[in-house]
Amino acid sequence: MPSGAIFKFHNDLDTDQIIGSQYLLLPDLEEMKIYTFESLDPDFPKKVKAGDYVVGEENFGCGSSREQAPGVLKALGVEAVIAKSFARIFFRNAINIGLPVIVCKELPDEVNTGDVMELSLSDGVVRAKGKEYACTKLPEYMQNILNQGGLIASLNKED
Amino acid sequence: MGMTIAEKIIAAAAGVDHVKPGDIHTVNLDRLMSNDGTTHLTVDMYHNKLTKPRIADPDKLVFIVDHNVPADNPKTAAAQKKMRDFAREHQIDFWEGKGVCHQIMMENYVCPGELIFGADSHTCTYGALGAFGTGVGCTDFLYGMVTGTSWVLVPESVKFNLEGKLPDGVYPRDLMLTIIGQIGANGCNYQVMEFGGEGAKILSVNDRMVLCNLSVEAGAKTGIFEADEIALEYLEERGRKPKAVYKSDPDAVYAREYTIDLSVIEPVIARPDFVDDVVPAKELCGIKIDEAFLGSCNNGRIEELRIGAGIIKGKKVADSVRFLVVPASLEVYKQALKEGLIDIFMESGAIVMNPNCSVCWGSCQGVIGENEVLISTGTRNFKGRAGHPSSKVYLGSAATVTASAITGEITLA
Repeated sequence: MPSGAIFKFHNDLDTDQIIGSQYLLLPDLEEMKIYTFESLDPDFPKKVKAGDYVVGEENFGCGSSREQAPGVLKALGVEAVIAKSFARIFFRNAINIGLPVIVCKELPDEVNTGDVMELSLSDGVVRAKGKEYACTKLPEYMQNILNQGGLIASLNKED
Repeated sequence: MGMTIAEKIIAAAAGVDHVKPGDIHTVNLDRLMSNDGTTHLTVDMYHNKLTKPRIADPDKLVFIVDHNVPADNPKTAAAQKKMRDFAREHQIDFWEGKGVCHQIMMENYVCPGELIFGADSHTCTYGALGAFGTGVGCTDFLYGMVTGTSWVLVPESVKFNLEGKLPDGVYPRDLMLTIIGQIGANGCNYQVMEFGGEGAKILSVNDRMVLCNLSVEAGAKTGIFEADEIALEYLEERGRKPKAVYKSDPDAVYAREYTIDLSVIEPVIARPDFVDDVVPAKELCGIKIDEAFLGSCNNGRIEELRIGAGIIKGKKVADSVRFLVVPASLEVYKQALKEGLIDIFMESGAIVMNPNCSVCWGSCQGVIGENEVLISTGTRNFKGRAGHPSSKVYLGSAATVTASAITGEITLA
């Protein structure tokens, strides 16, 4: 089971904080990703390592539909986003690009930035601080999109 | 079991008789809109990620440059050129500098009964005409562009019964911010906010747009009204016909119902940095501002320009304030010129800008600096939304914003 460090963010975390408007028209995610979470933690892109996790509370990813928000997290190697609940556009965008989004009601209250967690997507469980947390399973339709690596990958398979 | 307006639109788009919340359906999309916030990425994916690049039906697509217009640096110009070239190559309807995408869509495309995906969260505005508009990312847009279809999880509907009439000096924007303050930023997450009742029937299309537009700020998939005579008249004036006019069935099922007495609504403000942190405007009077913004897809139409001009006529913008007035579209701008409103704003010392998203999205004109304060008719007040992370955005009505521009501090009209 892969383990990674947690970066924790606040309630109603909006997509402007993940990637600010002024960076959205840069040519690609590679140029954008160095500005991820700039308003909250400017060093985040340097600190985060492939396989790490972003943890939020309620309504994670609210606001703008900018797909660049889950996009820069994926480009930085974030393994998954775990939150008590997600705003719907962020949730859908993340699945569409193949970034796992996990609803877990208890974990966010019991962990902090710097803690280590493990995720088993297939079992639907998260482990952190010696405890196991159950996660809400995705509807099969969405899980299939995720399993194929996102919506475009699944379209290419059909083609 | 009956269906709501939203459920009927999805059922028709899915080609089935009945849908219920929680079902996932493949739907045919009536229309797809994309703006310069993400289209350059969509075009790159089209060229680089697809095994078989194709467009199902170019007539269903609309590309609109409205977020950073005119371009303010070479990288923005390159992103917009990519979008412009693609639209021309594929005969896609293309608009640039003519207004905010949702205003252009409402003036020129949206029809009752349609299911519309827009690569912008405020696509929920289209419910003002009884259409189901919802915001998506560029991958969803690309899939829809290529196949003409998408997948939809049928949302629950929440009914808002509006009763009575707003008092003088209180506007639909005060009403919607009040509702969001009450139910919270995720109060209708993944649900449809359906507005009805006697109080809804007397609202203009503009008023309905104000309500539907902000429904995403309560997490909603869309906001929607029944397309009644007022909506059909708006449509007819613009030479369009409905795809279908739906009413919710008497036995339609709602997740919740709220009854709202419009006569007790008062002017309110959403404080930084959350749209649901809403308080009576009178509690914030006296807070110094550096900039005021009258515009956006929420509140930059002729109705709001009339309110602002009525308040500022013969008065001056405070020396310490930049007052940006940004008509939501060229149509709005020309009407304001005809009515003499632009003269009034210019004589007051306001800066009248070309139609575009402007400082509402915080990356083009009017960006504010360190610790500066903006009062705005825009859609959001998130941390740093209008510029520097330490700057603050207060959201109020056109009346409150204009009155504040005159005094240099938050002021009730």
